[in-house]
Amino acid sequence: MSAKPRRRRLAREELRRIIEFCRSVENKGLNPFLVNVEDLISVIREYFPSLKNAEELSLDAEALNHVASIIRMQSEWVKRRATSLYRDPFLIEEKLRSLSTGDLAEVFLKAWHPIVELEQITIGSLKSSMKYWRSLAPLSERWREEDLLKAEAGITTREELVKQGILRDETFLSEIERMWMELKDKATRDGKMDYWDFIGAESYEETLRRAYLASFLITYGYATLEIQPLEEKIFLKPNDAPVSKTDAQPFSFPIPISYERWRQWREQREE
Amino acid sequence: MARATRRIGRKRRYSIMLKKAAQMILYRRHREPGVKGWELRRRLGSDYPKVLQLLDEYLGNLGLTVKTVFEEDGSPPENPTIDQLDKARFYVTLREELSLGDMKLVGWRIDDLAGLAVSLAYIISKGGKSPRKELESLLRTKLPGWRVEMNLNRYIRMGYLIEDENEQLYLGWRTRAEVDQKKLIDLLMEQEA
Repeated sequence: MSAKPRRRRLAREELRRIIEFCRSVENKGLNPFLVNVEDLISVIREYFPSLKNAEELSLDAEALNHVASIIRMQSEWVKRRATSLYRDPFLIEEKLRSLSTGDLAEVFLKAWHPIVELEQITIGSLKSSMKYWRSLAPLSERWREEDLLKAEAGITTREELVKQGILRDETFLSEIERMWMELKDKATRDGKMDYWDFIGAESYEETLRRAYLASFLITYGYATLEIQPLEEKIFLKPNDAPVSKTDAQPFSFPIPISYERWRQWREQREE
Repeated sequence: MARATRRIGRKRRYSIMLKKAAQMILYRRHREPGVKGWELRRRLGSDYPKVLQLLDEYLGNLGLTVKTVFEEDGSPPENPTIDQLDKARFYVTLREELSLGDMKLVGWRIDDLAGLAVSLAYIISKGGKSPRKELESLLRTKLPGWRVEMNLNRYIRMGYLIEDENEQLYLGWRTRAEVDQKKLIDLLMEQEA
């Protein structure tokens, strides 16, 4: 390979590298003074004579454009540091982490002056409301309850649930563990989560599936049940690691997952 | 006698303009509330800044104020030109500070408000721009994981934040209108943990 094509290839690579570097500084909001603008300009200048076609020249222009953006960022950086609003970002982040939600809300209220406004209906929104109203099914259809079959309570097995499609046919333990992780994630604030908020899902079938799995979560020691009888509330608390319950006296705690209760939960959630 | 009649006429004219200005600012006619300076000039004439000053004095009795948000970022000009005022947007906001007890009146939960405080202060500290992922991870220390995304989307929907196609978050129009950014940062730094 002769020297000229090699130099052109090198020039393209260098220009792309400059573009990527500048772009990452722009996007990540890094200190723009980390970029040595003079170095970049000298590289662009050095390779400019070897560029020939339109694609190479547009790469050169793009690289220059990004360098110009870095210079603009440097100017803004200096301006911002000179303003009274500037505080060390690390100090602020530390403060935000250490303050409680109550303190944060209280501080915010002192600096917050919400807008006062009046909303009124416009011709456009009136038209779309009319259109919506006309296409709406009558109440008798929308509120029609699905006919439910009354069935006697009985015992089911995991195999039957797999057959009925309530449970997926995959390793049972891995499913339990996935649910355990989900519970840990959702219960980060108080270390516990409302039972219905955890098992509740968009469909009744999915809720049943989650309730079934949650019962194993407790049986296998991945989580414990906290019952507050006065408030009629049940909470699930994830354990850090599965706890063996060989010493404790096992007991059963039935939780009815009725269709009515599920509908109630959904309505409350939508409110 | 003629002078007195002229004075009453002027008073009446300003009283009508005051009502018009209040309606224009308070009633929401566009996607954003408030009104632009040039819209006020078209309806009220070139002395609309005087009308706004009178409106501000009147609203002061009700604990409200006329807030001017200039087009340019940064501190507002001390003596704005007519051109700057024409391009500015005017809102009516609460004049006084709110207390924790008032929070229910404006329909916010404590942790939603704390999340908003964290989001705004963090973006301000980063010079007005922050990657969404970074802010999400900070918010997770304050809010349950499943609420972080929901809250951020709510702040964006309400206009407190703006998100671009590179998942970068910026301060939105509502923040500029409602939040005293300098005061927020100063108070945060003063607050004892």
